[in-house]
Amino acid sequence: MKKIQALVTKELGSYFISPVAYVIIFIFLGVSGFLFFQILSYFNLQSIQMMRYPGLLDRLNLNDMVLFPFFHNVVVFFTFLIPVLTMRLLSEEKKLGTGELLFTSPITTTEVVLGKFFAAAAVILVMLLFSFVYPLMILIFGNPDVGPIFTAYLGLFLLGSAAASLGILMSSLTENQVIAVISAWGVLIFLLIIGWAAQSVGPTFGAVLQHLSILEHFQSFSKGIIELKGVVFYLSFIFFTLFLTQRVLDSQSWR
Amino acid sequence: MIEVENLTKRYGNILAVDRVSFRIESGEIVGFLGPNGAGKTTTMRILTGFIPPTTGRAIVADFDVMEKPLEVKRRIGYLPEHPPVYNDMLVSPYLDFVARLKEVDSRERPQEVRRVMDLCGLTEVQNRLIGNLSRGFRQRVGLAQALLGDPEILVLDEPTIGLDPRQIVEIRELIKNLRADHTIILSSHILPEVEMICSRVIIIHEGKIVAEDQTAHLQSTLRNSDRLFVQVGQAGPEALESIRRVPGVISVLPEEKVPGGYRVELEREGQKIREDVARAIVTGGFGLRELKPVGMSLEEVFVQLTTVEGANPEEGGKIS
Ligand SMILES: Nc1ncnc2c1ncn2[C@@H]1O[C@H](COP(=O)(O)OP(=O)(O)O)[C@@H](O)[C@H]1O
Ligand SMILES: [Mg+2]
Repeated sequence: MKKIQALVTKELGSYFISPVAYVIIFIFLGVSGFLFFQILSYFNLQSIQMMRYPGLLDRLNLNDMVLFPFFHNVVVFFTFLIPVLTMRLLSEEKKLGTGELLFTSPITTTEVVLGKFFAAAAVILVMLLFSFVYPLMILIFGNPDVGPIFTAYLGLFLLGSAAASLGILMSSLTENQVIAVISAWGVLIFLLIIGWAAQSVGPTFGAVLQHLSILEHFQSFSKGIIELKGVVFYLSFIFFTLFLTQRVLDSQSWR
Repeated sequence: MIEVENLTKRYGNILAVDRVSFRIESGEIVGFLGPNGAGKTTTMRILTGFIPPTTGRAIVADFDVMEKPLEVKRRIGYLPEHPPVYNDMLVSPYLDFVARLKEVDSRERPQEVRRVMDLCGLTEVQNRLIGNLSRGFRQRVGLAQALLGDPEILVLDEPTIGLDPRQIVEIRELIKNLRADHTIILSSHILPEVEMICSRVIIIHEGKIVAEDQTAHLQSTLRNSDRLFVQVGQAGPEALESIRRVPGVISVLPEEKVPGGYRVELEREGQKIREDVARAIVTGGFGLRELKPVGMSLEEVFVQLTTVEGANPEEGGKIS
């Protein structure tokens, strides 16, 4: 446990000494801010139009018309940004030869994988905390339902952690960071596509594909529902990819 | 204590280490000498548990490396060929991180980090980014890392590579001072270096151990050696031992492909030793079938080693 902690501290140090974490957080805030204000101004436009029909005013709802579309739009960009954060975690150890220290120290490969994962998860948490300024504006100036905001953030965190564990797996497979990030994107795109394909392959198989799609499970979170099967999906996805990573590190092909 | 038995490592078709066996007692400082590509790094990586052997067994500090890797790793300080340093860390936090990995008690950690920085002359650069350090300093950071937690066994892979002459002298002094209470195995392709630091030498060539000797005899052994091929009817440990006991014989290794065949390295002092070998086999009743001279392997090894300091442009030249 102490050694996992040492690794997490070290990785966080690297993230925040080098500009990597700042750049990623900055880009994320920029893009999500842009989306947020686009959606907000569209909402304003609509509310001005609706002033003319007082009967329709109850339909104006910040949750449905601002926050839901916001999360819906931000989630894809968010997911694809995560592998950039994780691409160096293991590939660099291999490339620089520092893995030779790590794997001759009294630390198990499981501890190494967990340390790397927790460090990435912590950065994701920081990233999400910063992005909370946008929903916060709605909370201050409007009166939305708070529940869906929190479930959406929980969903983003679970989804981000799943993407991070996938990114770490890809990073364990190559010493080239660019290959690591591109192959993680490849798998993410595949996991997206099978969700779309689900609609055209018949009900049973479609349900299976739907269940495998990494973004599909986020939908209910963004609507304010914590679905058990969604939580179980993300947690087992994380467990499975980290387990595979550990197997890769243990196999001699890595050395 | 390090005990290695029939260690073999294959990379696809390449046989990097070929049935290597040796034993190092506690407190010994042993040099692993061989030209580039001999298999030194591979052997050390197996000893430290970084890679598994293809076959064979390695026991380090009373634990089998394959069965109890963590116990072995707790007792080893390892300096790999390329110093395993993170360029984006400062020297002192890096050492603190490694100390935490090596389970140094949290109360003793600052003191322990200071101790190794002091020992390796790193105090003046403790707040510098490792990526900005010169090669010599990076090497010292690598060495400091290996000394953390004062492990009983030190495995140092070419510890003076890439250093300038003054630094080489310093690092050698440092290693010599460690020898009182450590078991040290050190690899090198520089003959004088091994002679200076080590009490015993294991010479490895193309993955095989070709000789083991006290350092004092090393040069003459290497320069004046001869190799015989013998085949006996009754092969076995007794046959091997009785050949080895013949005065002038440096080493005896079983020949893999020929049953009863041995490779015998001997001093190149005329026919006398050959006669003695033949006599030992006959009187021992092992059944001499064949005895013939075959080339001069140690001499081949000798010409591939760096025998003069400063011959390598990387480490010669600038004196600061
Ligand atoms: N990871 C590897 N994959 C394939 N071949 C390797 C690998 N590591 C070492 N070798 C080969 O094994 C042999 C021994 O290498 P090494 O142990 O590094 O020698 P040394 O350290 O004595 O220079 C060399 O022929 C080298 O090319
Ligand atoms: Mg080497």
